[in-house]
Amino acid sequence: MKVLMFGWEFPPHISGGLGTACFQMTDALVKQGVDILFVIPNRFKDEKDNGTRILGANEVKIDFKSFWSEEYFKHLSFVEVNSELVPYIGINDYYNIVNKNYQTKETFEHNAFRYFSFQGGYKENLMEEVEKYALVASNIAKENDFDVIHAHDWLTYKAGIVAKKISNKPLVIHVHATEFDRSGENVNPTVFNIEKEGMEAADRIITVSNYTKKIVVEKYHQNPNKITTVYNGIDIKEGETNKISNPFNKKIVTFLGRVTFQKGPDYFIEAADKVLKRDKNIIFVIAGSGDMLNRMITLVAKKRISKNFFFTGFLKGNDVEEMFRRSDVYVMPSVSEPFGISPLEAMREGVPTIISKQSGVSEVVSYAVKVDFWDIDAMSDAIYALTHYPAINNMITKNATKELKKINWDKAANEIISIYNNVTV
Amino acid sequence: MKSICFYFQVHQPFRLRPYRFFDIGNKHNYYDDIQNKWLCRRIADKCYLPTNRLMLDLINKYEGRFKISYSITGTVIEQFKLYTPEVIESFQKLVDTGCVELLGETYMHSLAALKSEKEFAQQVSMHTKLMQETFNYTPTVFRNTELIYSDEIGRMVKRLGFKAQCMEGAKQVLGWRSPNFVYEHRDHNGLKLLTKNFQLSDDIAFRFSQSSWKEYPLTCDKFVNWLNAIDSPNCVNLFMDYETFGEHQWEETGIFEFMRYLPEEVFAKSSFDFQTPSFVANNYEVKDYLSSVSPVSWADEERDISAWLGNDIQNDAFDQIYEMEDLVKETQNNDLIDVWRHLQTSDNFYYMCTKWFSDGDVHKYFNHYSSPYEAYINYMNILSDFRLSVENLMHNDK
Repeated sequence: MKVLMFGWEFPPHISGGLGTACFQMTDALVKQGVDILFVIPNRFKDEKDNGTRILGANEVKIDFKSFWSEEYFKHLSFVEVNSELVPYIGINDYYNIVNKNYQTKETFEHNAFRYFSFQGGYKENLMEEVEKYALVASNIAKENDFDVIHAHDWLTYKAGIVAKKISNKPLVIHVHATEFDRSGENVNPTVFNIEKEGMEAADRIITVSNYTKKIVVEKYHQNPNKITTVYNGIDIKEGETNKISNPFNKKIVTFLGRVTFQKGPDYFIEAADKVLKRDKNIIFVIAGSGDMLNRMITLVAKKRISKNFFFTGFLKGNDVEEMFRRSDVYVMPSVSEPFGISPLEAMREGVPTIISKQSGVSEVVSYAVKVDFWDIDAMSDAIYALTHYPAINNMITKNATKELKKINWDKAANEIISIYNNVTV
Repeated sequence: MKSICFYFQVHQPFRLRPYRFFDIGNKHNYYDDIQNKWLCRRIADKCYLPTNRLMLDLINKYEGRFKISYSITGTVIEQFKLYTPEVIESFQKLVDTGCVELLGETYMHSLAALKSEKEFAQQVSMHTKLMQETFNYTPTVFRNTELIYSDEIGRMVKRLGFKAQCMEGAKQVLGWRSPNFVYEHRDHNGLKLLTKNFQLSDDIAFRFSQSSWKEYPLTCDKFVNWLNAIDSPNCVNLFMDYETFGEHQWEETGIFEFMRYLPEEVFAKSSFDFQTPSFVANNYEVKDYLSSVSPVSWADEERDISAWLGNDIQNDAFDQIYEMEDLVKETQNNDLIDVWRHLQTSDNFYYMCTKWFSDGDVHKYFNHYSSPYEAYINYMNILSDFRLSVENLMHNDK
């Protein structure tokens, strides 16, 4: 089985969970004998090697005289007007961007060979990069031999669609998140349209949870029979994890993730406030950065709970693990979480978790306290219980460790391979 | 008789180092030594040393007719001792001429006056002691941090034995009155008040090199004409940061030349003389009594304390540092008390200011943090570590 896979990030150059998921998924697929050509916008050449062939869109030489690119232009009009509308940033960053000098836009010289440059990540020219990426994808689809196309998240759906048109090979799209998760009801229409186009063009849709499948059915009006849920997995580390004692001699309750609307940091603070009214011997930490960070800092100052509340900023590499190892309880109060790998990472470090019911991960985990994201009473009760009653804490921690072993990428890879087999017959 | 009264503020804070959450409980050095050293050296070379040389020249040249005053904070003296001791010597030379008055203030350039009279009094006496030790000089006129003044602060300053206090000539206090006279505390308690002429002071301190200003460029001739145009003044109080010379206004702007020729122009074309604050307070008649219930300062358009205590993060940090007063003093541990006092330096709260759009530019210039929130987080992390140190000490003692 040869797969042409379109992704947006690959370790070590990752900014979200998508890159990690893609790495571990391809890892498991390659082990089962699948041949993967994985396309990313910008190849840095220090990508982790797991047997996946990595191709950077920036490395592909494009011949503009070629029929296929002309064909592509017929299929997709090149829209640049929206290129400043970036769905991953907040108002402050946006302000900075519009006040910055624009980079000169790429010009298209016909009758010429050329390479495209990509920044990768989620920068201000994201929309433009999505288009360029799709353009390059047409060339890749023409030049390479494969059985199936697999595209991860909306950034690569256009590329997937073009590749399908060029090659007539089946397209599988993998929904790791939707615009409704990121933005609530205030969806970016451009992103929504790309997502919907991708779903319509796909032969098969993979969602990372039934929670996401429901959104795809209800908000994007897709036929449920075309959708299969494949849960993400998690690698189990061997050996004991050691807790790091903290200088406060107090229990630490942690939120770790982007500080954005989607992740519900405000509910975490409201719950913390309630807990602190009962017990001042608990420390709360928000680890991460995002467009709501400054507002959250102000909220904590306003509530006068900063003595017990800390912000670490964005954590990299080992700091994430260290944060888990310092934590006594992990809370994921996401407003809408297609899957949510971080509670599993916390469980892996032996930390009991409280997760919102509005998450995919709550479908696969039994030993976690599940609350509605808006129910700050239930959330604060759970925090109080896990920090005060050793019995429930121990029970959850012990069983969660066992439970984790069942949530692995090999299982996910098998399910994905059967989807490949299904669409290629 | 009419007088020009120059007063220059000399201050540098101990800037705090980037201090992470993971550092809490592990690292107890809070100051950014490298940056403090670098900045102290730079400002000494660009401002303090050349300006002191200039002032000494002028004092010598006019044989006692050119007089100025300074307020030098404890935190800047500490840094001079550490990094640029020659600056202290040059100030000593100035003070020795007898044409220089030194004003009293809080040692830490703190906002203690707004929160704790006890701490305020202690910091003022620490500063007086430092002036005596360093310059053999006992201040009799007071200036509070950033010219922050209120009726209540005036009462405290009076109780500490000062005969006069410098303050901003803020419109909300003066109303229709002119800043160019001597006033007195509303209680008729004998505390004279010298109000800053912010128009003429800021013409030098802020607008001097602003090419968009319609009076640009500012010449001595023009400035003396403005002084002469003032309707029967007693004193024109020109109060500003000393760093105006060579640091806020670079040498290239001509600020040194302006100062070098100003006395000559004043003596030649006007009937003004130069006097120090205590002379002005003693020799001019009190014109009226001033009252300010809420604190006024020399900062920003608002002339209030919102640059330091204007938002939730500033108020939170401020309350927390003073909340620890009794506990810290109970330890009787001089090192801890010293750290606690340094954390009170008003600049720490200034960095947390979120007034972006009106005076944000000035704030940004003085701020080594990329955002006020970052400043707050850093400060609170340090404060947490400090609190743990204090608690551990108290715990072990018991």
